[in-house]
Amino acid sequence: MKQIKGVNDFVVKFANVNGTGSASANHLFAKAIFRMGIPVSPRNIFPSNIQGLPTWYEVRVSSKGYLGRRGGVDMMVCVNPQSMEQDVASVEPGGYFLYDNTKPLAQHLKRGDISYFGVPLTEMCMREFPVPRLQQLLKNMVYVGAMAALLDINFSILKDLLNDQFKGKEKLISSNVHALEMGYQYATETFKCPLPIRLEQGGNVAPHILESEHILMNGNTAAALGAIYGGATVAAWYPITPSTSVVDAFSKYAKRMRIDAGTGKKNFAIVQAEDELAAMGMVVGAGWNGARAFTATSGPGLSLMSEFLGLAYFAEVPVVLINVQRSGPSTGMPTRSQQSDILAGAYASHGDTKQVLLFPATPRECFEMTVQAFDLADRLQTPIIMMSDLDLGMNDWMSPPLEWDDTYEMDRGKVLNAEELDKAETWGRYLDVDGDGICYRTLPGAHPSKGAYFTRGSSKNEMAVYSELGEDYVQNVDRLLRKFDTAKSYVPRPKTHPPIEVKKPKTDLKLGALFFGTSASPSYEAVEILATEGYSINTMRIRAFPFHESLDQFIHDHDVVFVIEQNRDGQMRQLIMNECQIAPSKLTSVLNYSGTPITARAIAGKIRETLSTQPENVVPLHPETA
Amino acid sequence: MSYIKPKFRHPNLPTNRLGYTVADYDGAVSTLCAGCGHDSISAAIRNACFASALEPHRIAKISGIGCSSKMPTYFLGKSHGFNSVHGRMPSVATGASLANRDLTYVGVSGDGDTASIGMGQFIHLIRRNLNMTYIVANNGCYGLTKGQDSATADLGSVSKAGDANPFDGIDLASLAILQGASFVGRSFSGDKTQLEPLIRAAMAHKGFAFIDVVSPCVTFNNHAGSTKSYSETRDHLDVMPLDFVPMREEIRTQYAEGTTQSVTLHDGSVIHLHKADTSYRSDDRKSAMHAVQTAEDEGRILTGLLYLDPDSQDLHQNIQLASRPLNELGKDELCPGSKVLNSINEGLR
Ligand SMILES: Cc1ncc(C[n+]2csc(CCOP(=O)(O)OP(=O)(O)O)c2C)c(N)n1
Ligand code: SF4
Ligand SMILES: [Mg+2]
Repeated sequence: MKQIKGVNDFVVKFANVNGTGSASANHLFAKAIFRMGIPVSPRNIFPSNIQGLPTWYEVRVSSKGYLGRRGGVDMMVCVNPQSMEQDVASVEPGGYFLYDNTKPLAQHLKRGDISYFGVPLTEMCMREFPVPRLQQLLKNMVYVGAMAALLDINFSILKDLLNDQFKGKEKLISSNVHALEMGYQYATETFKCPLPIRLEQGGNVAPHILESEHILMNGNTAAALGAIYGGATVAAWYPITPSTSVVDAFSKYAKRMRIDAGTGKKNFAIVQAEDELAAMGMVVGAGWNGARAFTATSGPGLSLMSEFLGLAYFAEVPVVLINVQRSGPSTGMPTRSQQSDILAGAYASHGDTKQVLLFPATPRECFEMTVQAFDLADRLQTPIIMMSDLDLGMNDWMSPPLEWDDTYEMDRGKVLNAEELDKAETWGRYLDVDGDGICYRTLPGAHPSKGAYFTRGSSKNEMAVYSELGEDYVQNVDRLLRKFDTAKSYVPRPKTHPPIEVKKPKTDLKLGALFFGTSASPSYEAVEILATEGYSINTMRIRAFPFHESLDQFIHDHDVVFVIEQNRDGQMRQLIMNECQIAPSKLTSVLNYSGTPITARAIAGKIRETLSTQPENVVPLHPETA
Repeated sequence: MSYIKPKFRHPNLPTNRLGYTVADYDGAVSTLCAGCGHDSISAAIRNACFASALEPHRIAKISGIGCSSKMPTYFLGKSHGFNSVHGRMPSVATGASLANRDLTYVGVSGDGDTASIGMGQFIHLIRRNLNMTYIVANNGCYGLTKGQDSATADLGSVSKAGDANPFDGIDLASLAILQGASFVGRSFSGDKTQLEPLIRAAMAHKGFAFIDVVSPCVTFNNHAGSTKSYSETRDHLDVMPLDFVPMREEIRTQYAEGTTQSVTLHDGSVIHLHKADTSYRSDDRKSAMHAVQTAEDEGRILTGLLYLDPDSQDLHQNIQLASRPLNELGKDELCPGSKVLNSINEGLR
């Protein structure tokens, strides 16, 4: 049998039962690899369930620093009898399968093309630990110990991590270390360690990874820190996976960093609202009254917030919404990742509305874009929706450290204070004085006799006086469109990279790929895979809506443009078709909407397939280069 | 109704402690139907703010959607106002109050706005005891969508189309008492001698102050057979008068023993309540519920200050909010800076 080989390059997957404490053991495994300085990206693939259903944890190790999913599993650690059949089947030929052999493996689960490693996890723990709960919990530590031997994990790092985790709880530390050692010892005595897939500290890791001192963090925590650093003072929310940890983390940090030194009272308010309608209503009320306010939600919550998003758009109230996308309805797959709220976000609400969207692709961007979202909301006086997703929000990502420039000043936008109101000759809430569609607002209580106005949807004129005249309405919504145009120059620009040199190009067509958010990492990897096969593909990562002009140009400059995204209907492709002056036939969708994050192999496969069948139909637009 | 308000102001109009005349509390000209109860409530709010000498610009007016929710345009033109979305005024008011706890918040809603689409938010607003005055202009119907029954329409009340309402009405005042509102009053738009002091007391109260005001819709619900018409309401009113004495004024009037109960608010203002029934204590929730229910059983509408807990803890106190308004805080208070971020990075390695 030809076994899979690889130093610092493989995918390990753990198959567990939900609620058995496997998450922290698996995290320990991933974190140890991270501490060894080797790029690692762990992913939790979990059911909407608290206890009992199958759950998986996929750990990708990549010396080149690819953090998206690769596709395929090289080694499976299966401690869940329920899913064992599919787990055995999912291992790549030449791969490895570790299981609990307290009970012998059923005959039909034996494959000739993979290697098996039986470790009597249950038996060892029954023998060694007296308490049933400990027997269950520490089983996880035993397999981590065995994996440490099989893959050559630095054992002292594992111990350090346990010491950090259970600081001061000596008993817990020693029982966990004992379990690790049991597994380690069993594996070294029983198997030939390490395996052909293994780790090597400081080995072949790409130089750009070694350049900075990386951190391991999830996007939701990063977004929460962004809200702290961006000066958010009001958070109103209603719990929904996968967004809940945004507010949890905000609360944790705010309790540490936002307590008034003199009185011990809070310089922030968090309200768990009765539903998402109320959550958004509170954010709108606070934004109207001059506080930086935000909420975090996911699909169903976005639907409920939709009416208020319309009001905030027309009434021009700053609002920040962190939408951590998941798949579909509450009885859909709420714990699975997708990018499927693109259109619901972009056109959220009734009437002619267009909302500003930000698309972070890394935790660091979650942090930076959340800060930026508050500035943009104030500057543009409109809702800013940051479109994260479960994969980014809830999984740990290796990332360069978060950075903060202490000279940062909040951009509170065009708000007139009492002094400025006194100086102003005329003031009308909706007068476009600067021609950028953004008008000057005032806050309640600012001035005894000037600047008061009545906020409504759209039945108003430039002076904020009630009006149902058609021309007033048209003037107002045309100005809002002008404002949306202005937004283009404030939102983050798309990212492009110099093209990869291809020795013997297989096609004369100019190829481009567009993607955003968590589709980016596997897309970059797919482009590199395809470059080795003779396809040169230029990339553009979209980071915001409204789209920058360079997006039109990018599409114009290419013959075939792949739009890579994680939803069924190609929502970003539709949005581009709607908003850009381009020929839709140029855009080819590359989609994944299974609920598990898109993989580099799947993207490369789809592009390869398209290029091997389609090119004849496409006439190169630039014959001179063809 | 559209008419031109006279611009001319009498030079000797009385002024309040701040030097403002009542005209300084005016809003735009009303566009509601002539005779609509809501206009009387607008006037009562204006007069109450004038009499209590509140700074107009330190008041924020927030409403939902409906004829009633249009009212904030028609009083306090020097105050900011927000006509938000149907049934969701409570959440907007909550957010606004969290952003700046120093303003006085007046919410105006309708029976449709509060008792149907907004019921959830209303209950939760009470639960949080937001420091605000919440007035429902209760006409038993949806005025703005042309007269459908609302959830407060009484059982058997006949609509303009001639149908008797087959459902029990929701009594918002009882509900508010039951849910623990710290100030609950009821009044009638046609009784300004009661409504004005009630609004003044509500605005002086620290915590959630709810006033259910029967406010007839002359266009869709003022006919024979309707239980919320002017004449039906007048015939069944059981009025408990009250006086409101702001903290700065000395008490001049003498009140008879027994039938008068005096309550001191947190700011030192005093409310004197006059009741026919001496056993009724409006600072006792059970007693208040009993009085309201008894009146209802007897076909009377008990009005006045029904329940008051002058020592309630409001939302800001309950969540330990600092005293400085959140919307005044700047970078120094809010942004922890690069050193802290570096230490956070360190913890993530
Ligand atoms: C979401 C939504 N649904 C329906 C409406 C239509 N609508 C406008 S006002 C109103 C009823 C208002 O009734 P009420 O609150 O009693 O106010 P009134 O006009 O009687 O003073 C309705 C249903 C709306 N504006 N928004
Ligand atoms: S329809 Fe009824 S509630 Fe509306 S303004 Fe006219 S009288 Fe008032
Ligand atoms: Mg009504």
